[in-house]
This record gives sequence, structure tokens and C-alpha cells, in this order.
Amino acid sequence: MVGKNCFAIASDRRLGVQLQTIATDFQRIFKIHDKLFLGLSGLGSDAQTLHQRLVFRHKLYQLREERDMKPETFASLVSAMLYEKRFGPYFCQPVIAGLGEDDKPFICTMDSIGAKELAKDFVVAGTASESLYGACESMFKPDMDHEELFETISQALISSIDRDCLSGWGGHVYVV
Amino acid sequence: MGDSQYSFSLTTFSPSGKLVQIEHALTAVGSGQTSLGIKASNGVVIATEKKLPSILVDETSVQKIQILTPNIGVVYSGMGPDSRVLVRKSRKQAEQYNLLYKEPIPVTQLVRETAAVMQEFTQSGGVRPFGVSLLVAGYDDKGPQLYQVDPSGSYFSWKASAMGKNVSNAKTFLEKRYTDDMELEDAIHTAILTLKEGFEGQISGKNIEIGVIEADRTFRVLTAAQIEDYLQEVE
Repeated sequence: MVGKNCFAIASDRRLGVQLQTIATDFQRIFKIHDKLFLGLSGLGSDAQTLHQRLVFRHKLYQLREERDMKPETFASLVSAMLYEKRFGPYFCQPVIAGLGEDDKPFICTMDSIGAKELAKDFVVAGTASESLYGACESMFKPDMDHEELFETISQALISSIDRDCLSGWGGHVYVV
Repeated sequence: MGDSQYSFSLTTFSPSGKLVQIEHALTAVGSGQTSLGIKASNGVVIATEKKLPSILVDETSVQKIQILTPNIGVVYSGMGPDSRVLVRKSRKQAEQYNLLYKEPIPVTQLVRETAAVMQEFTQSGGVRPFGVSLLVAGYDDKGPQLYQVDPSGSYFSWKASAMGKNVSNAKTFLEKRYTDDMELEDAIHTAILTLKEGFEGQISGKNIEIGVIEADRTFRVLTAAQIEDYLQEVE
């Protein structure tokens, strides 16, 4: 979710196979660098593998170009890497959130084969995405400051995962 | 080939630690047509002689300054056909970068990739080094940039550089004329004057080429008519 010169990214903590819960402290949001975060909903193992490969690619980029990736650039990289596996995709739906030049927030999501979907306000992914759309649409206001943004995204997350039997066990919220 | 037994196998060091084939490649560059580049405060200019083997050759069919990406141009001294291989490989590299990251390749990255290709041709079997040096001019987020890449695969960023015939004269001339606060128009004038110094015969819009890039990040090669205008200005 985008605020004024800031963004927030949040997820629940549950890892499950269908109705059976495996873990209640699962981490789906990863830090790429100080101003760039990646959320990966979907199959846990694919999320971890994809994260490892992306960190690897980003580190090589940092060494080669002596700078951090811009969020837009990173999104294109993720998209390209997902499309490489067009016919045997990672079962993941990524959410990318970062601050670009002059701390301008950038958010985007894509499907498991890398079709990007850019948004100015908020993006959602995962099993609770339908209820998240509803919650975000009613709670989101443009140009929120970081405190307000934290409150809004947390409320939207909590109310949506309560409505989804496959999500829950608390959440992680990052505000940048 | 009487130089020594080390002038045959490219990948064999001579006892003094030199790779003789690379030195030969540099000689090929040194006897090529003069090219030069100047980095100004608001852009870069690259220029070269365009001497044709006969007056019967249609000069409009020869283009020595090439565009690699919309914001990067290149000129060579040395063997023309070798430069085309490098231009083709560099363009491919730039396009691949663009496809992956959806943003134009930074000049440093493209130069590094090109230099890597040139290095590879000094260490692989069955190939010879490129008989060209390149001057790469570009404008990106880091501003105007000018690089020279040599057959060995080494590259440096220059404020102003020259290569080909008359290098030493041209470089001395540039050293005298260059200032840090130089603007693009001055740089174009200086480039023309430097070329004129070592030029055999009458310089004209048809026997030199000039490429410029400024803050609009669009590399353009000047037409013969535009060059003629500049030639009038410097006279």
C-alpha cells in the first residue's frame, strides 16, 4: 500500500497445505535492500527458492553496477525470471514494493508467469485477495503518512484474513 | 613473420611477458585513420577522418560512426570489418539488457561487456584479437561519458582522447585545448581543429564524420551539410 513518500507491505504468518496448518511463523516478505521489499504468496518452497535466486541476481547487479536496483528495474527482472519458467512456473504471486528516486513509492504485483500489474494505490495477492480488495478499497486514502498507513494496512489485513480460512495466525507489517 | 617464434600462437606469452599479437593489433590501430572524442560539460563529441580508397567510392555509403543504443554512439580506428563484429555484439548485449531490466543500458555496462568480448579474443584458441580501438560516447544518469576500449580489452574513461594515425600530435593538441568547463559547441570546434591538424588534403563535410550526444540523450551523426557549417565557423 502506498502512502506519501512511504509504502507498507504486509502478510499473514500461516503456512498450510489445504486446511492443515504447518507453521504459524512463516515469513513471506523479504528485504532486497533498504528501500525494496518483496512479498511472495503461493507455494512456500517456491517462494523461498525464488527469493534466493532474486537475492543472488540482485547481489550480482550491485557488484556490477555499484548501485541498488530501482524498484521498476527489479520488477522487470522478477517478471523476466518468472516468464523463463513459462511452462512450469513457480507457484508464486509476487508483490513488489519499493522507494525509487526521491523516495517515490512504487508497488506492483504480477501473476506466476510474470505479467506485471502496476497500481498507484494498493496491490493484493494470495488466498485472501478478494476480501483484501474490499477492505483496501474502503480503507485506503491517498497520501497517508507512515503512521496512518501502518494503521490502515494492519486493519485491512486483519479484517481480510479473518474472512479467509486459509490465512491467519497474525501478520507481518513493514512500513518504509 | 620473422619477429620471433612467439608471434604465431596468440595465447603464448613471450619471455618478456608480452603477448606479441596484441601489440600487433595496437599497431594496426595506430596505422588506422584518426578518430578522437571530447567530453564537454553538457555532452560528448566523437569525430573521425573518412578517407576513401578511391574518389570513385560513393562516400554516402560509408558510415564510420555507429549508434549502439539511442543514447550511445561509437567510432573506431583500425580495421573496419572488425569493428562491425564488435558493433553487432554490443548492440545485442544492449538489447538483452533492455529486455531484462526494461531500461537503457548504462554506458559503463555496455563498455564493460564490449571490453569483455575483446579480452576473450586475446585468450581463446583459433581467433585473433580485434584490430580496432573504440571510442564510445554516451549520456546516461551519470551524465556525459567517453570511453576508449583497446584490443587487449582494457578500457578507460577519458576527458578527451585520440587514436589512429597522428595519435601523439592529436593528444598534445587536445591537452593544450581542453578545459573542464568546455561546452559542446566548443568541443565540436576543437574536435574539427584537431582533425584538421593532421589532415592530409582539404578537409570537408564529406571526408570527416562527427557524432554528438547532449542532455537530450539522443546520439546523432551530423550530416555533411551540418559539418560544412561547423567548418565555416572554425575558419
